[in-house]
Amino acid sequence: MRHLLSIDDLTRDDMERILDRAAAFEEVSDRDIKKVPALRGRTVLNLFYEASTRTRSSFELAAKRLSADVVNFSAGGSSVEKGESLKDTVLTLTAHSPDAIVVRTPYAGAAALVASWTPAAIVNAGDGKHEHPTQALLDVYTLRTKLGSLEGRNIWIVGDVAHSRVARSNILAFRKMGAEVTVCGPPTLIPRGIEALGCAVRYDLADLREADVVYALRMQHERMDQNFVPSLREYAANYQINGRRLGAHQTLMHPGPVNRGVELSGEVVDSPQAVITMQVKAGVVVRMAVLYEVLAGARDERTSARPTEPQLA
Amino acid sequence: MSIHEPTHGASSGVRLVGAPARPADVLLRDVHALDPRTGLDGRRDVLVTDGVISEIAAAGTLTGPPGGCEVVEGEGRHLFAAFVDPHVHLRTPGQEHKEDLETGTRAAAAGGFCAVIAMPNTSPTIDSAPILGALLDAAAREARVPVGFMPAITRGLQGTELTDMAELRRLGAAGFTDDGHPVTDAGVLRRALQYQRLCGGVLALHEEDPALSGKGAMHEGVVSAMLGVAGIPSVSESTLIARDCALAGYEGARIHIQHLSARESVEAIAAAKSRGVAVTCEVSPHHLTMTDEDVRTLDTRRKMNPPLRAEEDRQALIEGLRDGTIDCIATDHAPHARDEKEVPFEQAPMGTTGLETAFSSVYTDLVLPGDLSLELVVEKLTAGLGLLDLFVPRVAVGEAANLVLVDLDAEWVVGESGYESRSENSCFAGRTLRGRVLLTVAAGAVAYRERSTLLTQVGSADGPGA
Repeated sequence: MRHLLSIDDLTRDDMERILDRAAAFEEVSDRDIKKVPALRGRTVLNLFYEASTRTRSSFELAAKRLSADVVNFSAGGSSVEKGESLKDTVLTLTAHSPDAIVVRTPYAGAAALVASWTPAAIVNAGDGKHEHPTQALLDVYTLRTKLGSLEGRNIWIVGDVAHSRVARSNILAFRKMGAEVTVCGPPTLIPRGIEALGCAVRYDLADLREADVVYALRMQHERMDQNFVPSLREYAANYQINGRRLGAHQTLMHPGPVNRGVELSGEVVDSPQAVITMQVKAGVVVRMAVLYEVLAGARDERTSARPTEPQLA
Repeated sequence: MSIHEPTHGASSGVRLVGAPARPADVLLRDVHALDPRTGLDGRRDVLVTDGVISEIAAAGTLTGPPGGCEVVEGEGRHLFAAFVDPHVHLRTPGQEHKEDLETGTRAAAAGGFCAVIAMPNTSPTIDSAPILGALLDAAAREARVPVGFMPAITRGLQGTELTDMAELRRLGAAGFTDDGHPVTDAGVLRRALQYQRLCGGVLALHEEDPALSGKGAMHEGVVSAMLGVAGIPSVSESTLIARDCALAGYEGARIHIQHLSARESVEAIAAAKSRGVAVTCEVSPHHLTMTDEDVRTLDTRRKMNPPLRAEEDRQALIEGLRDGTIDCIATDHAPHARDEKEVPFEQAPMGTTGLETAFSSVYTDLVLPGDLSLELVVEKLTAGLGLLDLFVPRVAVGEAANLVLVDLDAEWVVGESGYESRSENSCFAGRTLRGRVLLTVAAGAVAYRERSTLLTQVGSADGPGA
């Protein structure tokens, strides 16, 4: 695998292989010296055009535990603020010969564009509202650990689906692993045509008990200003996952950071059903496995590979 | 042989202006002449003398062209009335890094067009007499085919104050448009429609409701849902069309709806026409041949406004051409520089070039499979300026020569040998198309010849009988 741009590019076998390797890396995180030399001498560049603490630090930890050198490049305080285009930034950074670039941007398809401009391996750490494939992989990893298999499981994704790259990647990933997926949220925040991803659509939580897994999405405050929902209170009244709605047998997930009292009540965040900290922990080993996959797993293929033609060639 | 300023004989003082050029003396020998309006359809010899079609005779009968007359051996290739485009962006003044009058009209000539109408969303906006006057002067120096200009309906395209429409008309405005933006305020549009009784000039309208389009970057549908890209719903266009047809009907005004994209819009136009509203409309080659499925790769050359819509919309547009609801094909030729388009999809400016591929794309994707007849496509590609009360090119004796010679069997790869346009943002780039323009005569002068194919076939006769 040369790049990780979209869950769509992965087969179920690809996903299983990456997650098996992630499981093998678990042991590294438990060592006193949390490091293996798998990527020694390799350079991983974190190129982040959006604020991110957990995803970026998780990628940074993952790269360091594999002994790679890590350079962080964020849009603030860089030439981006002086008006440099994404392409020029990528060409400039490519001159430093990074082996992999982890890229997050507010724009759909940007990771794929970057891949067309540089010979480095590209890992998509979120492109606009399109995809966030490593989040989906770590969520599948967490569920595999917790439930054994996703086959035939019923997963509800609840909240602002329209503005969520996590929702898109997870619908695809959960479906590939054999789960049934239902998305549920305010009709204003469910995009027209989302059924095409292979999920069912509900607008209320009446049948939430069907779910084996409840995956709550973060509710962004700015959605209120745009009239997607009348108020946070109204949203919480209809869609908050709380102790009354969440059953004892159900597993609760959230990509973080949680707005307590909005999409989740405080009690469920701290409940035994919640696997939110497991997700964060899985983030490091899964990202180790992804970096290993694109840098070491496909080395022979990469040395002969040339950058693809620029889009407007 | 006189040098003259090629202009089209338009009524009502509209000025279509090109650079001086030598009137053509050319014999097009054994061409398949096709003009749906005159019923001409067969092998002919067509003689152009001093820029005017002087003789049309059975193939092989015009054996003695006058001295100095160029002879083009048609060998049965098709000759149509040259195309006209009521909707192009020539980016002058202010955005000459994308296109200018010379490159834009060169692209037009290469696509078989003999006249184009330029939109006013330039920098500064074409919204005052001095700017329009300067452009007409520039066109008289630089334009390869005659150009007309449509100044803005409102100053700076701001949608609030009307331009000095009567003065602009006296100077030769081809009509008025705020293209790129709707006239969102119904009260402002109503005033412009009323003012039309004084100054004339069709109002060409870009229809979308900004409140519904929001920050949309593509058609709202399955593909936008999967890509997580904000969508522009079809009803953004159709609801404003319905509103503006109602206003035009009430004021007895004439409007032309630009670049239809949605099934609902075709229905809205059909309903308005059946009520007797004086409305005409256009559709672009890309909306006729591509859908949002073609946007899956987020290729920025396929980002345009209105966006490529769903297959059912495309089918409705084709049916609209067939049943006459849609009056003409217009390209909305919208050049953008490479670095402006080489950015993530959501950041990229809207627009595709279209002049050089207009005929070939429609011929390849719609005529060859049998969706539309060649006659209908030629009719719709030559109708756009008639809708503005300008002129309709014809293949007939006594008419100024506005002709295009096309090899329907020639295949070419879009962009392979570059473009005449300064920009290369063609949504058809890389496609293999059938139908190649070999020669364009605009306002009596040769405006384009395809280099490799034609030069080998051009002979020059030294005298009678040669």
